[in-house]
Amino acid sequence: MSDFLLSVHDLACARGDRLLFKGMNFSLKTGELLLVQGGNGQGKTSLLRLLTGLARPEAGEVRWCGALIGRQRETFHAAMVYLGHANGVKDDLNPVENLRFAEGLQGRTFDAPRAVATLERLGLSRCLDLPCRVLSFGQRRRVALASLLLAGAVLWILDEPLTGLDVHAVTLMEGLIRDHLTAGGMVVATTHQALNLEGVNVQRLLVGNVAIPELAVN
Amino acid sequence: MHRFVLAVLRRDLTLATRRRGDWLIAQFFFVMVASLFPLGVGPEPAMLARIGPGVLWVAATLASLLSLSRLFADDHRDGSLEHMVLSPEPTVLLVLGKSLAHWLIYGIPLLLVAPVLGIQFNLSWEAIWVLELSLLLGTPILSLLGGVGAALTLGLRGGGVLLTLLILPLYVPALIFGAGAVDGVMAGTGAEAHLSLLGAFFVLSLMIAPWIASAALRVSLE
Repeated sequence: MSDFLLSVHDLACARGDRLLFKGMNFSLKTGELLLVQGGNGQGKTSLLRLLTGLARPEAGEVRWCGALIGRQRETFHAAMVYLGHANGVKDDLNPVENLRFAEGLQGRTFDAPRAVATLERLGLSRCLDLPCRVLSFGQRRRVALASLLLAGAVLWILDEPLTGLDVHAVTLMEGLIRDHLTAGGMVVATTHQALNLEGVNVQRLLVGNVAIPELAVN
Repeated sequence: MHRFVLAVLRRDLTLATRRRGDWLIAQFFFVMVASLFPLGVGPEPAMLARIGPGVLWVAATLASLLSLSRLFADDHRDGSLEHMVLSPEPTVLLVLGKSLAHWLIYGIPLLLVAPVLGIQFNLSWEAIWVLELSLLLGTPILSLLGGVGAALTLGLRGGGVLLTLLILPLYVPALIFGAGAVDGVMAGTGAEAHLSLLGAFFVLSLMIAPWIASAALRVSLE
């Protein structure tokens, strides 16, 4: 994988009249993880939405490989995948169908055996033909993670990826993030949980002005 | 490019087959509203034929509004709308695909039911034929313009009522020319003028509505 760079210059974000943060600067290179930390309501999700291009900054700019993301929307969105609070999983479809439509909407061809293998790897082998409506919250989250893996994007933007996941899935997720970074990917994530990310190049970013206790990253 | 529209289309059609209840509600609503009028104004054949085209057109408009509030709302709630907007493909095509799917799911069935209701209103076969033509040109307008309203009211509380207030005035030209075409053929003045204007309005909405709706969608998601 060649080198990519996500950089943020003097970014400011406001919700309504309230300024959440301003003058934010950072840059993220290939193989790095940016852990966004901060208390509730400090603007972590807002920051991630700015990075995806879903929201527009109050001031400042977000650049991908040197160019503004708004100027190269197609290239940027092809290289990026976002997992928000909502999973983007349709309740009326089963996991495989969900992945098929997700792939189609991203303009990629669907590789069924690979999708099934990914779902099985995430521990969903028993639910492949059940509608997602009957799956538990954690299982639906796993379906969303499967579509993240299938997307094959360079940059992962993850908003609280660990909510609803059990201990095994958290360990699995740590492994996936590590694999992605070693393969030359980039990850921006927010989390309130401790992550075991040995040997990973971690940058931390504190959003808002409330200092919170150091989260364990050993 | 067309592959993306097809993907959106296939997805929405599959989802619609999984939730047939919603689909049936809109069709029943159309039949019920149109059937209430003969009961209300009396069974006199000449009068029914006189009000028939207008009533059927108003009922079709209301039936399409009923389903429009959920055009983007369902996908917004479960997060899949964000994923679709973040796709490398243009949002305009997403809106176009979804409007087209809405027309196929909710518009085409209206076309199939309308002749039966036309008989109920004592319309001649010629008038029913023109009614079908006018609905064929007119119902896509309802889906296209409705997409703008659905995108604007996305995520608002009471969005459904606001959508109705926003979109009904925009439907007025379609209603006038659509019902006017049928009236024209019954009065013997011909339907060509009205149908041409309806066609022009359809082309105009096809060109403009998806752009406005995609801009509105981006604002609503921000």
